[in-house]
Amino acid sequence: MSTSALSAAGETAQSTRPTRTPVFERRLAKRYRDERNFRLLGLAAVSFSLGVLVFLLGNMLINGIGGFQRAELTVTIDFPESGVTGDAVSLTAPSAAQTLEMQGLPDVVAFYAEQQLGAEAAAELSIDGWRDVSAALADDPTLIERSATFELAASSALAAGMQGEGPPEMQALAKRLVDEGKLARNWDWGFLSRSDATSPQAVGIWGALKGTMLTMLVTLVLAFPIGVLSALYLEEYAPRNRWTDLIEVSISNLAAVPSIIFGLLGLSIFLAIFPNLRSAPLIGGMTLALMTMPVIVISGRNAIKAVPPSIRDGALAIGASPVQVVFHHVLPLAMPGMLTGTIIGMARALGETAPLLLIGMRAFVATPPDGFTSPATVLPMQIFLWSDEIDRGFVERTSAAIIVLLVFLLAMNGLAIYLRNKFEKRW
Amino acid sequence: MSPITLILIAMGLGLAGWLAGRAKAWSFQSSDPALRPASRPIYHAWYVALWVVLPVLAFIAVWSAIAPQLVLQTVLASPAAGDLPAFGFERAAFLGEARAVALGNAPGVFNDEAEPLIAPFRDAIGHYNIIGAIVTVLIALAGGALAFLRLRPDFRARNKVERTVMMILLLASLVAILTTLGIFGSLVFETVRFFGIVSPIDFLFGTFWGPDTMVSPEATDSSRYGAVPLFWGTIFIGAIIAMIVAIPLGLMSAIYLTQYADPRVRTWVKPLLEILAGVPTVVYGYFAALTLAPLIRDAAVAIGITGASTESALAAGVVMGVMIIPFVSSMADDSMAAVPGAMRDGSLAMGATKSETIRRVLFPAALPGIVAGIMLAVSRAIGETMIVVMAASPAANLTANPLEPMSTVTVQIVKLLTGEQSTDHPATLSAFALGFVLFMVTLALNFIALRVVKRFREAYE
Repeated sequence: MSTSALSAAGETAQSTRPTRTPVFERRLAKRYRDERNFRLLGLAAVSFSLGVLVFLLGNMLINGIGGFQRAELTVTIDFPESGVTGDAVSLTAPSAAQTLEMQGLPDVVAFYAEQQLGAEAAAELSIDGWRDVSAALADDPTLIERSATFELAASSALAAGMQGEGPPEMQALAKRLVDEGKLARNWDWGFLSRSDATSPQAVGIWGALKGTMLTMLVTLVLAFPIGVLSALYLEEYAPRNRWTDLIEVSISNLAAVPSIIFGLLGLSIFLAIFPNLRSAPLIGGMTLALMTMPVIVISGRNAIKAVPPSIRDGALAIGASPVQVVFHHVLPLAMPGMLTGTIIGMARALGETAPLLLIGMRAFVATPPDGFTSPATVLPMQIFLWSDEIDRGFVERTSAAIIVLLVFLLAMNGLAIYLRNKFEKRW
Repeated sequence: MSPITLILIAMGLGLAGWLAGRAKAWSFQSSDPALRPASRPIYHAWYVALWVVLPVLAFIAVWSAIAPQLVLQTVLASPAAGDLPAFGFERAAFLGEARAVALGNAPGVFNDEAEPLIAPFRDAIGHYNIIGAIVTVLIALAGGALAFLRLRPDFRARNKVERTVMMILLLASLVAILTTLGIFGSLVFETVRFFGIVSPIDFLFGTFWGPDTMVSPEATDSSRYGAVPLFWGTIFIGAIIAMIVAIPLGLMSAIYLTQYADPRVRTWVKPLLEILAGVPTVVYGYFAALTLAPLIRDAAVAIGITGASTESALAAGVVMGVMIIPFVSSMADDSMAAVPGAMRDGSLAMGATKSETIRRVLFPAALPGIVAGIMLAVSRAIGETMIVVMAASPAANLTANPLEPMSTVTVQIVKLLTGEQSTDHPATLSAFALGFVLFMVTLALNFIALRVVKRFREAYE
């Protein structure tokens, strides 16, 4: 009964409602249309941003897959016939490559290549191809007693020809070799263990990766203790005065200063003190540490703020000194938050290029650095240097290096998120 | 002996002192409560260890600065140094080579004249290494013994150790001030030197930028250092093109995610958007230079615009804008969250649609915060380096056409400082002047923005 009464009331209300004029209806429809459009606009903005992200990563992935491969020619070498000799001891000695070179291994490789592939194709074998043979012999010295098949890097011109680029005759040669099954693109695990080189067929990222690790180690060792200790001081002990304000203003400014300014600082102060350490991980790490430290301080202070005052009061009440309160109770509780902030700061430093550019870490480094003071380069810098190369073969290699860098960043950020979720406490 | 070896020796001796201090403190323990030691044994241990390590570290810092000089003096006093050229570049080169060989850093000398210096160098280095090691050990023993003898049951070791800890904390927080002073000092120093050669008026208002690194510093042409094209390029790329991309996308993303999207969608999409901010800038630069720039050039040619460049300002600016999207979005998110819910509810209760509430109530109320966020975004964009170094042009150009090549302040800093010029050349110094301008502008933007945000927060609290 009540429903029918209500609907009757509604009907009368509708029929007598003075505002539902056609103009009103049109306006209302427009307002709803606007509402829908506005909502769609927002959806479009989010979709576009995500689309750009997918396009960016997809672009790198598609290009980068090719960068982990390289064009290789198949050559079979009959060692007993060639006259190259050796035994397990001499082939695994550090000087094995020189010994084999003296025995004429490069000529032997060239000879068999010419015999099996033809003179034209043999000329397109990478000059350092015999080094791969010598490395394979060091891995398995028994190969020297028989005939063995090797896959050796082709020249970058032939590699380009294989992908349908470069001069037509090279493309034709590549096509013939592929049809004969003597030229193929293989996974190139050496990319992860070699260093920079002049030919895209011979490059690797291990040198840059090792430089990155050394630099990051210096950054971590300097920035983490200084950042954590300043956060503790500012949050727990600092008296409210002008000095403390100055420190706080400095830190918030440093967090906002463009990274290239830190490069100028490193150039005019660190390199003036250590002029011989241009391009060394030590100087790079020190510069990045100054950049990372404010990030650690700010996240560290937030982590300390999140520790409830009751913990401090409880510890003080049973007779702990202020230093004991902080080091025995507050610091351990704030540590997960501080570590998360540190990892995020380190991830930023890992991807940073501009300040290192100014302090000279852009050298061509063909051997991995063997210490904190030897010339080194870092992964983002290697990407920058390769992106400047004219040889088309470097495009794929650059994308492959970018994939490696992104994997590292993703792993670090993932670790930070994991730590946050695992240790975050709601008090 | 390298500083690292000395530090390891100091650490080892410190550990020995720590153990000795603890052992002695344990002997104070007694069952009589009236005779309880004032501090726990661990503090006695730390007290001794600090007395061993801190003086030694101070000595190592001083020693590693003066030892090379002492070595050099000894070598120069040796008879073999008599044949050296009196001064100049060669003398330094010979000495450097001989030192490198003596240290084992180089296999052999390049100049034969440096050969006789190797032996004196080797002797002197060995000599001073021994002295350094002996003094290190002596200082460590002296400090340790002094501290060890002070340990008594009523010695307040904890108070002493805690005072030292507080000093270390204070020193750590002073690093931030020192860094700021270091940045400011070095920039001001070099900028003043630059303005001694080129007048500030020419620099700030000149419209032609083309530092000539070939001419001698004396023949500097002041009119080649007009930075207006660089300032314009920086503003055009970082504050105009990038913001045209970032502001609408960032704002609308924030509005959609906070007001419309399902919370489950939000928890997934927001971190994904944050990835855009986490991608290294060198990757963006590579993307802009190799993918986007040729695309834009081809598109421009296809619709009949000639003169489009592959180093166009548009490519760099658009990619920079994409990088900034998450930044604008999270700032807008924060400011809108700070608007009191009552204002929003009031508007909805009056029958306004959601979008009307957002546009007419939420957005105006959050505007100061959003503007401040945009200022922070601009300050980040104009200081961004790698994208413009890779995608924008090294040649300065004063134009309003986004398809033409353009250069920025950061591009010029990198270009001028990665060459092989002397540090006294005005071209090198001008990079520091540009850096100083950049530093001051970003500082001002951040300062104003933080002020606005603070006042805006207070207004609603």
